[in-house]
Amino acid sequence: METTQEKVMMAEPSDKGILTFVRDCIKWNLSGGIVYQIYLCCLAALIMLGIYAYSVQTNLGLAATNMSDIVSWGFYIGNFTFLVGVAAAAVMLILPAYIFKDKDLYQVVIIGEGIANGALVMCILFILVDTGGPAKLWHLIPGIGIFNWPSSLLTWDIIVLNGYLALNMLVPAYILYCQYNHREPDEKKYRPFVFLSIFWAFSIHLVTAFLYQGLPARAFWNNPLMGPRFLASAFAAGPALITVVLLIIRNTTTYKIEDQTINKLRIIIVVSAIINLIMLFSEIFKEFYLPTHHSLPAIYLYFGLKGHSALVPWIWSGISMNLIGTLTLIWNPGRNKAKVLLPACILLFVGIWIEKGMGLIVPGLVPSPLGEVIDYAPSWVEVSIALGVLAIGAAFVTALIKPALIIEQRYEEGQNKGG
Amino acid sequence: MTTKKPQKNDPQQAKPHGRREFLKGAARAAAVGGAAMLAGCGGGMLGSSEELSLRWKEYFKKNYRLMTQAEKNATIRRLERLAKIKDGVNIQMSSAAPIDGVLFGYAFNVTRCEGYMECVAACVKENNLDRKSNTQYIRIFEMEHGQMSPEVGNAKYFHQVPVEDHFYMGVQCFHCENAPCTKACPTRATWKEPDGIVVVDYDWCIGCRYCMAACPYYGRRFNWNEPQVPLKDMTKKQHYLGNRMRRKGQMEKCTFCVQRSRAGRLPACVEACPTGARVFGNLLDPDSEIRFVLKNKKVFRWKEDLGTDPKFWYFID
Repeated sequence: METTQEKVMMAEPSDKGILTFVRDCIKWNLSGGIVYQIYLCCLAALIMLGIYAYSVQTNLGLAATNMSDIVSWGFYIGNFTFLVGVAAAAVMLILPAYIFKDKDLYQVVIIGEGIANGALVMCILFILVDTGGPAKLWHLIPGIGIFNWPSSLLTWDIIVLNGYLALNMLVPAYILYCQYNHREPDEKKYRPFVFLSIFWAFSIHLVTAFLYQGLPARAFWNNPLMGPRFLASAFAAGPALITVVLLIIRNTTTYKIEDQTINKLRIIIVVSAIINLIMLFSEIFKEFYLPTHHSLPAIYLYFGLKGHSALVPWIWSGISMNLIGTLTLIWNPGRNKAKVLLPACILLFVGIWIEKGMGLIVPGLVPSPLGEVIDYAPSWVEVSIALGVLAIGAAFVTALIKPALIIEQRYEEGQNKGG
Repeated sequence: MTTKKPQKNDPQQAKPHGRREFLKGAARAAAVGGAAMLAGCGGGMLGSSEELSLRWKEYFKKNYRLMTQAEKNATIRRLERLAKIKDGVNIQMSSAAPIDGVLFGYAFNVTRCEGYMECVAACVKENNLDRKSNTQYIRIFEMEHGQMSPEVGNAKYFHQVPVEDHFYMGVQCFHCENAPCTKACPTRATWKEPDGIVVVDYDWCIGCRYCMAACPYYGRRFNWNEPQVPLKDMTKKQHYLGNRMRRKGQMEKCTFCVQRSRAGRLPACVEACPTGARVFGNLLDPDSEIRFVLKNKKVFRWKEDLGTDPKFWYFID
């Protein structure tokens, strides 16, 4: 009975409701080969670890972390800052795909949007686990609480992050729902939102940079180059991650990804990474040509200060990875072969993560305003919670991308048959 | 600002409206429900139903600045009762408002301070600071001659004082007129009172620590763990914005001992200083000691270039 009904539906595609759409998406998400099932189990295990660690943190307070009154932001906020960049980077696909109608990038834009949404979910979770009173977050809701806008940059960040998440969920959901029902999505309906989301992508990362650069108390952050440099590093790290995901999808599914697409992404990464390195050089020049009191954080970061040098090996490995990754992508010795591209993208990604995560947050706070220097490394609770958050992000990305690819593939096959 | 006239509040009390009223209603209903549930199972584990009901109402209370005097009195009664239920301790909490025509200021005599740190001990005791993590609002830096910035001093000295060829500088919250911390707070849980004291509504703070990042003087402290104060050492005369007990996950800071200064007394650190290096008073009173210092001594403020306009001056005899 059911099978005949399905056959009728397949033969004559009529509009299926949103409930069926959601049900199908869940079904597609849970089905997959043994490797996929193992992957899901690993994510579940990491999420459980994160929940356990968070319960410890809830019990002990943030004393369970290695943060202190001097290093008052650490691993969580570092990851948050980096991931805002990953989220913003989707614009490097959205802009050419929707506005310049680039066919190669249009094909993969949905994957970029999925990754951006996953990154945003992780951002919000990292902020959540960092607050001392997560149960009191309703104090932020205008009406029942107080939203200190426009004075507090943090409130700006809350607006732009949630707004970007909403935009980046809405547009792809509409396009996929149309394609699911074998209809051409109406461009007039979603184009305004695409424009808005492009503007929004730049704003999420600029606002996050302003959060830091607006503080004269912290010489290392109080730097007008921070906003632009955030964008450049994001537009390198984000597409690097997208390239990695594309290469994985190309090798594990039947979804077609052209060489041309990968090459265009590589060029985007290279250009952004070079701009990022130029700005890094400019910052380093300013700090070290005539070092002042305001250069102490940079000295602490790159060379150590008063016998404390926890970040020194960390930042130099980050910069080396950054350089090696960028140079490899410029020379492109493997001619876009995954064997070379994959490690180069991962190196660049990790390099920027080091530099823009802990390498940015900790020197902003050390030396303290009273000149005290301490070392900071995340505790097991912080690392476990971060792993849990990353696993939730990965699960979220998977849950968005997997059905999206199936729908797009079916839609294209249907079109090819029709045409 | 904090002393609203009672007539203004009357219509509000008479006419329940808005989401907050709804939340209150919901809170009441849930509290009654929770109480009934607890009564059913004896209520041993989670504390008494009274405690639960008080905690529930505390959770849904407003930002202190938006409370009417009646609401302030109610939350103070709840907090006093909770302290009694939980620890069996009788505290007296005040919500004393700023006094008109008063703007507090502070001056620190660099010549006189000899680094005994009596001020630090008095502050810890008066303000019920966490003994577990050894929280201190005041830091005293031992400095070598030839420099004048605490950044190059040593705050970890542990030896007999004063040491020859050294001098001492105290640092605490400077209660900036143009305070970067209050601007940063996303929920307005911290603000400058009309008498110039920068305070925190501990219960409204969500613990994001952005104010801490914004402060150029290391004036703020965070409760990383649940603060612990032995009952016998607890200061029972408290102020809602001052030395009442904090919880983990909340920001706190020096309040110029608001519980004392608004009652016409000197902050604990000033009173405790054995050398008379600390001067506190009303900047608007031309006859006050602080005005005398500002007029007759050579004073300076730390990190003046940041434009924070601190109400804390250093001076040299």
